[in-house]
Amino acid sequence: MLDDFFIRALIAGIGVAIVTGPLGCFVVWRRLSYFGDTLAHSALLGVTLAYSMEFNIAFSVFIISSLIALTLIQLQKRTNLPGDALLGLLAHSSLAVGLVVIGFLSFIRFDIMGLLFGDILAVTVDDLLIIWIGGALILLILGLIWKPLFASTVNYELAEAEGLNPDRAKAIFTILMAAIIAISIKMVGLLLITGMLIIPAAMSRNISSSPQKMVIYSIIGGLLSVILGLFSSLEFNTASGPSIIAASLFLFILSLLNIKQSIKLKN
Amino acid sequence: MSSDQNILVKLNKAGFSLNNKWLVKGVSLQVEKGKIVTLIGPNGSGKSTTAKIALGIYKKIDGSVEKYTNKVGYVPQKISIDWTLPLRVNDFMVLTESLDKESIDEALSLTGVIHLKDKNLGDLSGGEFQRVLLARAISKKPELLVLDEPVQGVDFTGEIALYELIKKISDELNCGILLISHDLHTVMSATDHVVCLNGHVCCSGSPMDVAKNNEYKALFGEQASQILSRYEHRHDHIHTSEGEIKKN
Repeated sequence: MLDDFFIRALIAGIGVAIVTGPLGCFVVWRRLSYFGDTLAHSALLGVTLAYSMEFNIAFSVFIISSLIALTLIQLQKRTNLPGDALLGLLAHSSLAVGLVVIGFLSFIRFDIMGLLFGDILAVTVDDLLIIWIGGALILLILGLIWKPLFASTVNYELAEAEGLNPDRAKAIFTILMAAIIAISIKMVGLLLITGMLIIPAAMSRNISSSPQKMVIYSIIGGLLSVILGLFSSLEFNTASGPSIIAASLFLFILSLLNIKQSIKLKN
Repeated sequence: MSSDQNILVKLNKAGFSLNNKWLVKGVSLQVEKGKIVTLIGPNGSGKSTTAKIALGIYKKIDGSVEKYTNKVGYVPQKISIDWTLPLRVNDFMVLTESLDKESIDEALSLTGVIHLKDKNLGDLSGGEFQRVLLARAISKKPELLVLDEPVQGVDFTGEIALYELIKKISDELNCGILLISHDLHTVMSATDHVVCLNGHVCCSGSPMDVAKNNEYKALFGEQASQILSRYEHRHDHIHTSEGEIKKN
């Protein structure tokens, strides 16, 4: 069964969606969408390193993204530049360096489009293992830091005052962000990973009344997007990443209909 | 009057600076079990900063802070809940500690907001939200309560009731309370120790001592001084026939 590239893509996509659901909620709650973008841009550098040193792609992307995240934290301490300027600086400079390095690696054939937008054909059985084992680890760790992370998302000082150690939770969460980008890069592509994190979560916010519900609906939204997106990608011969994100946009628009009704009720 | 094992938190010449400017400097105070310590002072005098030093929120401080408990309840001065976070009162109650339904209901009933349990936090009024904040802080039965203007925006009768509740909690749970308040009338009647701040400790002691202090008078005016002493009258001293004031 795993010989069929489409089945492999489906299993990979489902694994990714289950993990991006809860992480995406935190990205939306903590206003980290641009941070996610920055990590994703830097992933290109990770990919080129993986190719040039014949390393595992997911592992190398994880290392580079984590380094970029640590660099950001250091930069924030050393300059008074606003956060979005620092993020832009890191995002575009790491993307640029990645592209320059690709230029030097002319002896290797790169599928740039596949890197940027995802490629279902490229998903191997090894990738499935990385996605499902890596994903399970991410969810396990997220579960362990849920309380301090969530409390500090609501109010940092409250969490700190009542002894929950929010700084450690934030640092671990940053690593988890790098990890999800590493494992989902083949599916969605580096330009669209943040969309996979944000759009299902944003859709879910429109229809949920509690944090737990928002996480569950976000997972369901992600799953539906993957299934819808992959089938239409097969049908219309489009890249897997954009098809999945377009499907999630479709679900988001549907969820807006729901919120319109509830706003009308209020007035 | 205090033995060391009753001390919950102790500040020794503590201070905190931000961007080379001192927010507060040289504050020494201690909060003990069953006692209410109130911080007063004008805006920008470092009351909230002092509370955050005591709570360990500010880490790069001058001087030292010794905290002897981890069971802390905190009502911050301001807290805003983003719309992106769907949070009901019930979810908020278990934010930092898992509680059973009875404890949640009991705390919400005490502050008079049990009927709001399933409401979204964003839909509450300022006063209602303040009551929820207080309920959350007391629901975990803390040893140390830090209340930064806990009754702001609460209606007049509610304000009196909440201060009575705070006093009751201090007695029943035998917890120490560090209170920040502007309302000299209501607070002083229940306070054991007042610290008057103005960037530094300008004076401290029992409400009576502080009321008589010249620096306090200069800071708050003669009227405020009378308010404090008037409250003291009802409690711990008598007037002798010679017009002297004698402690009970």
